[in-house]
Amino acid sequence: MADYPVIEAERLTKRFGTLTAVEGISFSVSRGDVFGFLGPNGAGKTTTMKMIQCISPRTAGALTVLGMDTATHPREIKAELGVLPQETNLDPEFTCRENLLAYARYFDIPVSEARKRADELLSFVQLQEKQDVPIDKLSGGMKRRLLLARALINDPQLLILDEPTIGLDPQGRHLIWEKLKALQAAGNTIVLTTHYLEEAERLCNRLVIMDRGKILVEGSPANLISRYVGNDIVEAEHTPEVVSCLEEMGARFEIYGDMVQVLTDQPREVAKRLFETCNPGHVFARRASLEDVFLKLTGRVLRD
Amino acid sequence: MTDTEDYDQEYSYILPRVSRSALKVWRRNWDVFFKTYQVNFLPPFIEPVLYLLAIGFGLGMFVGEIDGIPYVEFIAPALLSISMMNSAFFECTYSSYVRMYYQKTFDAMIATPLSIDDVITGELLWGATRSLIYSSVMLLVLIGFGVVNLPSSLLVIPFSFLAGLMFACIAMCFTAITPGIDALNYPSFLFITPMFLFSGTFFPLSILPEPVQLLAIAFLPLTQLVIVARSLTLTDLSPLFGYSLVWIGVVTTIFFVLSTLLMRRRLIV
Repeated sequence: MADYPVIEAERLTKRFGTLTAVEGISFSVSRGDVFGFLGPNGAGKTTTMKMIQCISPRTAGALTVLGMDTATHPREIKAELGVLPQETNLDPEFTCRENLLAYARYFDIPVSEARKRADELLSFVQLQEKQDVPIDKLSGGMKRRLLLARALINDPQLLILDEPTIGLDPQGRHLIWEKLKALQAAGNTIVLTTHYLEEAERLCNRLVIMDRGKILVEGSPANLISRYVGNDIVEAEHTPEVVSCLEEMGARFEIYGDMVQVLTDQPREVAKRLFETCNPGHVFARRASLEDVFLKLTGRVLRD
Repeated sequence: MTDTEDYDQEYSYILPRVSRSALKVWRRNWDVFFKTYQVNFLPPFIEPVLYLLAIGFGLGMFVGEIDGIPYVEFIAPALLSISMMNSAFFECTYSSYVRMYYQKTFDAMIATPLSIDDVITGELLWGATRSLIYSSVMLLVLIGFGVVNLPSSLLVIPFSFLAGLMFACIAMCFTAITPGIDALNYPSFLFITPMFLFSGTFFPLSILPEPVQLLAIAFLPLTQLVIVARSLTLTDLSPLFGYSLVWIGVVTTIFFVLSTLLMRRRLIV
């Protein structure tokens, strides 16, 4: 197998008129990676996905996918991609199975081969029983699963998932996760964007957090958590007493509205001292998560 | 890896770059059409019967003959021409717009090896095919009524593909620039409806003031269709027959290039 990275971006930039959506980002995705793009709305995640998919031309910088330049080899690159779009774009005129067969034709897959793959994929995403059902009779979760099956119809070398579980209930989300884990175990290279940090923590072995068109940090979820927030968090009510107490202890803490968060590697000791000396009301100790990293880096201000 | 400023240039070429994949887009529309063929084949059967009865035989009672031709035979090629225009134009305006904007079918297609030029070309070829299907069915009905000459009228079938392609290309330009589906009503009412009446369809152009006649012959696409179709169904070559065919060829080429250009501008961001 060739030793070039699956995706390589250098100072990749996209401008829409005066707005810079992606500003000089560099990253590299290797074979077998599950690589996440996280960030608030308008961070530039979807724009980056579109440039990787060769459907949005870059303004500046360099971008290769599977060793080919996206500007000069869009057809060759797109033949090797499987894309699960953010917005459902299944063909409403067709049934589930017909959707897969019609899509297979766009990839020049012979009919007999397409039928075989459609059957396999329908069973992989657990939609065999719905194969002759029109699209508008499917639930949101079924549509996402069918989109996943459609993205796999050409046996892609790179899977691009833009918000794979958007709008799904917990059952639907877990089912998709299960499928993605299976794909990962089979050695697939996956790039995904998500708003759900739990999702990124579970699935990604590497991720970047983007904001305002730039990459803020890059690393594995565990690495980012220990680097930016420590392993544990103790939350207490925000009262002057608690604050002065924490200042006395010399603890690292941040204030969010009516809550104080203490970043620490010794949650038991911190919680104990708070209880014993500061009359803190509620105290709550928990493992730090990617969400803490995310909020710390991108702030708590509401976007768009 | 190359690193050049302004990759947008890669996409600002003029002439469309079309591959054989355009036929897959055409095939998708063909498959959908024949899934509901019972509904789709009804209009071309019923429309000509209604028009022939109401206008041809009804109004024709008072009109009698035009230039020595029975009125029903005068309007038969006009009905064919209008059918070519409508089927292709409405397919590539409202229907294409629905596929592009509401169903996101184009987005799904360009995530595969297909290019935007392939998708648009496939849509245009389908618009032309629809014109061919509709006018061929209508021709059958007209043959049944005995109001068109054989075998020259059979040439209407290949001609309807070319004529449909021209209207598909013009329509796709409107689709590429329309801000929303409602704004497509403007070309329908301001372009298609007047043409329907003033292109030598239900009365000869010669009774109009000379400047209007010249305008219609110089600029109205439907006028060209009627001239060609009438020459074929009456087996009587109009002196403008060659002119109209060339006119259609030139306008089709111009609007084909323009429609792919405008669609790239709309869809590649």
